[in-house]
Amino acid sequence: MSLKDWFASKRNKAARLHASSMNNNLTDEDICKLWTQCFSCQENIATKTLDANLMVCPYCQYHFRIGAYKRIAQLCSTFSEIDANLKPSDPLGFTDTKPYKDRFEAAIKKTGLNDAIVCGVAKIQSELCSIAVMDFSYLGGSMGSVVGEKITRLAELAIEKQLPLIIFSSSGGARMQEGTFSLMQMVKTGAVLAKLHDKSLLYISVLTEPTFGGVTASYGMLGDVNIAEADARIGFAGRRVIEQTIRQKLPNDFQTANYLLHYGQVDTVLPRKNLAEKLATLIRLHRISSGIEPLPFEFQPTPVPQTVQTS
Amino acid sequence: MTSKPPKDITPLDFEKPIVEIEDRIQALLSQVSEQVSQHGETLDDEIEALKNKAQTIRNKVYAALTPLQKLQIARHPQRPNFTELIQLLSPECWFELHGDRAGMDDRAILGGIIELACGPVMVIGTQKGKGMKENLTHNFGMANPEGYRKALKLFYHAEKFKMPILTLIDTPGAYPGIMGEQNGIGQAIAFNIREMARLKTPIVSVVTGEGASGGALGVGVANKIYMMEHALYTVISPEGCASILWRDAAFAEKAADALKITAQDLIAMGISDGIIAEPSGGGHRDPVKFAQAIVDTIVPVLSTLKQETGDALTNQRYEKYRSIGAFAIA
Repeated sequence: MSLKDWFASKRNKAARLHASSMNNNLTDEDICKLWTQCFSCQENIATKTLDANLMVCPYCQYHFRIGAYKRIAQLCSTFSEIDANLKPSDPLGFTDTKPYKDRFEAAIKKTGLNDAIVCGVAKIQSELCSIAVMDFSYLGGSMGSVVGEKITRLAELAIEKQLPLIIFSSSGGARMQEGTFSLMQMVKTGAVLAKLHDKSLLYISVLTEPTFGGVTASYGMLGDVNIAEADARIGFAGRRVIEQTIRQKLPNDFQTANYLLHYGQVDTVLPRKNLAEKLATLIRLHRISSGIEPLPFEFQPTPVPQTVQTS
Repeated sequence: MTSKPPKDITPLDFEKPIVEIEDRIQALLSQVSEQVSQHGETLDDEIEALKNKAQTIRNKVYAALTPLQKLQIARHPQRPNFTELIQLLSPECWFELHGDRAGMDDRAILGGIIELACGPVMVIGTQKGKGMKENLTHNFGMANPEGYRKALKLFYHAEKFKMPILTLIDTPGAYPGIMGEQNGIGQAIAFNIREMARLKTPIVSVVTGEGASGGALGVGVANKIYMMEHALYTVISPEGCASILWRDAAFAEKAADALKITAQDLIAMGISDGIIAEPSGGGHRDPVKFAQAIVDTIVPVLSTLKQETGDALTNQRYEKYRSIGAFAIA
């Protein structure tokens, strides 16, 4: 092979390689997905980097909203899901601009979840606990019959197995399409938390971006310890509703995690990176002090879907 | 029971045909007094026929009310409010207990002790005013955290002295304001829900008008929930629902239909335990009858519940709410 040929073959190989990489079926959309712009500081962050940093902006520490399975993957060393198969029915035959049935079927397709909450038994570091995580990307994390039922079943399991309970909330409030059924889930969950309380079992409520309405006014604010994740907005009435009612503009930091801390409404505000350790510590301190040890639980670990879901 | 029905009742738009007949009766009556004085003639027969006709039309209209029309009745400015009902339920005894013991006394939630045939009862409820001045005092029946905390104080009081609790609900919802958020309106409602679930004393709720959203639940967890015939119980006001889901509050009628909020719907959903019939034409036409119907329903219920043990009462409450909801298996 002459030197000329050698160069020619080298060129061809490079061209072939280039062509094959172009054949990776990467659409423009896929390429865009490799980068994420921070909502807060507008910096472009490699999605991989963002993911490795628990979906927190490495430049400004803004906490991105995350889906239920991603949260569980970040937090739990072992996880065994329960009641994954509960899905909404349409008890009222509700139709607004679209039928409710179409809305939740689309949400199931989009998120891969049957409703806006994932429940199970988990280990956080070495501490056993029952855990529920809401997912805002499913119909705004709204609380309907399924969310109420799953939390109730989980709390009943916690009582049976003497487990502490942790609920991560992220919700716009009650699901209007289920009418008064959804309103009554506030009582149903409140009533089971009363039972948990009477058994002296620990309940930690973690309020994440955003938590509002009927969720705030039921299990959201009923924790023995209420933790707000950094950057979360938490409240009962929505900002717009309040502005319309009182006819004045609200301060920028209204209903933020630190605002709630300032007014004594949460016990602490924690950054995402500290959550696992702090939760494990809280569980351990209360376990030792109360002397209530979890009963043995047989794990059937659920593989947590590793899809990148930024909601 | 001595109070008289209000004289000048503001008619609702769908009552127009009835109003026309009533105007004719009035015209005839004034004619009669003239004729009687001049010729000794009476128009009794004609007036009687018109009165019957008005009643027939009213019964017909009221038997086929739409949810939005019921909402108008439930919100009628002359509908008997909490203090008027207390007067009628227990004319001899009303000992109001004020304040949350943390610096405030919400006037949108009132509470105190009354005496019924079954004995002393702790009664707590939301208060709407009559007229603008009163409504400003009572914040249109929209409570702040201190109202729910006052109610909580009274729940504990009732439990300690084995008093049954009666709650009367008529509220457009908790007040959406800055102070409310700062003082933890969500926490106040949540805590009341949990504590009402734990109380070892009977609780009976009567929705007398609007039962809207978390604001109603903060005093609404009960062994038995009764609804007045034209009362409503809803997760969000139809106007609010329409402006969110239809992006236009003008769709309130559609939202009111879709949300299934009437007393009759709530029976079918297994949430309400009974409907209390209202006087013809709605509670505002005869507050005495309205209150008597409440007494007739709740006194026997409270007497029965008082026989139960505390554990039986909390278990009954748990089972009631445990079964509410509808879902499918994927």
